[in-house]
Amino acid sequence: MSTPPRLDLERIIDDRRTRIIVCCGSGGVGKTTAAAAIGLCAAERGRQACVLTVDPARRLAQSMGLTSLDNTPRQVDGVDAANGGSLHAMMLDMKRTFDEIVEAHADPDRAAQILANPFYQSLSSSFAGTQEYMAMEKLGQLRHANEWDLIVVDTPPSRSALDFLDAPQRLGRFLDGRLIRLLTAPARSGISAMRMLNAGFSMMTGALTKILGAQVLRDAQTFVTALDTMFGGFRERAESTYRLLQAPGTAFLVVAAPEPDALREASYFVERLAEERMPLAGLILNRVHTSPAARLSAARSLAAAENLEMPGTHNDNGASPGTVLADTGLADTGLAAAALRMHAERMQLGKRERRLAEHFTSAHPAVPVVEVAAQPEDVHDLAGLRVIGALLSGD
Amino acid sequence: MISRDTDWDGVRLHVVTGKGGTGKTTVAAAMALALASAGRKVLLIEVEGRQGIARLFDAPPLPYDERKIALGLGTRGEGGDVYALAVDPEGALLDYLAMFYNLRRAGTALTKLGVVDFATTIAPGLSDVLVTGKATEATRRRTRPGAKDSPHTYDAVVMDAPPTGRIGRFLNVSTEVSDLAKVGPIRTHADTVAKVIRSPQTAVHFVTTLEEMPVQETLDGLAELRALTGGAIAAGGVFVNMVRATMLDKDELAAAAGGTLDVAALATGLKLAGIGDEQTLAADLAVELKEHALQVRLQDRARETIRTAGRPSYELPMLTDGVDLAGLYELAAALREQGAA
Repeated sequence: MSTPPRLDLERIIDDRRTRIIVCCGSGGVGKTTAAAAIGLCAAERGRQACVLTVDPARRLAQSMGLTSLDNTPRQVDGVDAANGGSLHAMMLDMKRTFDEIVEAHADPDRAAQILANPFYQSLSSSFAGTQEYMAMEKLGQLRHANEWDLIVVDTPPSRSALDFLDAPQRLGRFLDGRLIRLLTAPARSGISAMRMLNAGFSMMTGALTKILGAQVLRDAQTFVTALDTMFGGFRERAESTYRLLQAPGTAFLVVAAPEPDALREASYFVERLAEERMPLAGLILNRVHTSPAARLSAARSLAAAENLEMPGTHNDNGASPGTVLADTGLADTGLAAAALRMHAERMQLGKRERRLAEHFTSAHPAVPVVEVAAQPEDVHDLAGLRVIGALLSGD
Repeated sequence: MISRDTDWDGVRLHVVTGKGGTGKTTVAAAMALALASAGRKVLLIEVEGRQGIARLFDAPPLPYDERKIALGLGTRGEGGDVYALAVDPEGALLDYLAMFYNLRRAGTALTKLGVVDFATTIAPGLSDVLVTGKATEATRRRTRPGAKDSPHTYDAVVMDAPPTGRIGRFLNVSTEVSDLAKVGPIRTHADTVAKVIRSPQTAVHFVTTLEEMPVQETLDGLAELRALTGGAIAAGGVFVNMVRATMLDKDELAAAAGGTLDVAALATGLKLAGIGDEQTLAADLAVELKEHALQVRLQDRARETIRTAGRPSYELPMLTDGVDLAGLYELAAALREQGAA
């Protein structure tokens, strides 16, 4: 049985060289809460922290007791500033972030033209891909502003943890793609128009017109032509953010729940980070079921419960379990049987989770892990975040 | 088979959405099994390219092809057939071109040129309409193409749809596309798709767990669906997944939550069960019981909130051993028992 090294989050937080912490993982594993807890913990340990969340359900707002978050970081009240730290939080406004990039990279006329184009509106307000791309853009901006010495990012709630790494590149690949070359060709030189013909342009536009209609094709052409002029800027930004993520000041934390899907995503992510040479700090295994009475196994616990439930064993009239008078005092056998059965269930669940965690560690033995016990109640205030923070720090 | 009324008689396209981590795919699969009673044929569709269905049924990855994947939950041991299909925008585009324009080869060329990248990146509405288009096509399909008097190929179609945060836009295809295309074939296609989705044949089910945030997202999702489509897309049921049962009665739960449990009586009970070291063990188990009672209280509160949505709701138990095929049938049986299928 392999035991992974322990993820020392306190050391990462206290290390002033850590400037960016990225929390990633599949949806529904507690990423947002983990990011907020880390941000709060860092602030209370003296860092100037800013938490960036990218979630349409405004979960961070809820968990931090804020009523609204917008595209500018807001100071979070109730943070213990004794160590000189502070906490800001912001929620990404995807469309506004995109609009700002357009405005920064195109002259006012062209910017207005792009902003009014139906394709731009569809692209900038849809969730798939754009959100991830804008999150990275915003991270770059916040890092550049240099107002915070630690930025904690909560990645978008995509089903696949990899989306957020791929989206900026996908957009880049798309903007650099052959189709774009073809669509923008009329605005270019005659040479590329020749190349177009060779590529079977007429068949393609014919088919495209059939699927989309001529007007859609024209709109698309106008849009990509306009976008093309600022594409260099786009690409440069995406690349510099990518380099930022590879820098030593960045720490990636993969968050997972002890469930097969979440851990499989975590595994993919760990491999992917290694391929991209991005600095992985470790795995946060969230919502683990532990027991204060782990010494009593599921099997023994069940057997004992059955013992109690056997009619006639402990009282003379053979009634079902309840409160009986034992030699040593009043015994609640019904309660004891229920407690034992539920304990057995908890132990079984814990055992399954342990097995899943071991699978992960046997595949990635060098990845440090910290486990966070499942909380009986939802986290929706700073006190709750402090509890999670303490569990993360191993207190 | 015994014919009986269910809550969704008349619904032929079941769209299943839910917050990440709530078990949307599991519930969609259980629903398909439950709907496939003897003699009935059900198609289970996944749209996010995750191969979640194949994993759930322990089958090899699904191609872009309708394959039989399981027998439905039988009454008296005989089930109907569940077919599965993994739809991706690329396959759906080729399908669309072949079906309506006889343009499969051009479609392949378009794929190479990155048209699919184009659709998914720049106008997700376009790829959504292709994907939902495949689901509605399967819903409308008849055993003899074009013959309105021939029976439907599938008695029901269950779609494992994108998560709650994206479902409104995903289904509101006609509006999403009309912003891009005022006229033209894709617009016509979108309108056909919308007609099915906005008909009483379609219902959108929400999967949640009894936790605060998933429940909130369910309410938000229901509200968004109403707001986006003006009630034209019918909301279905709320499927409450991973419900933990309790073995304690109301008084015991209150005592456990409040920390006033009779630990001494618990300890004596443990002693009668033949367990040593009963004093410390009772104290530890009391901690477990307290956590359990708090969780039950939280579940009850979540149930109350779900009730305010005014939708039929169904509960599925937490499977301690994880979801395997046997577990899926167990969930399917629970759904049928509660009248969901």
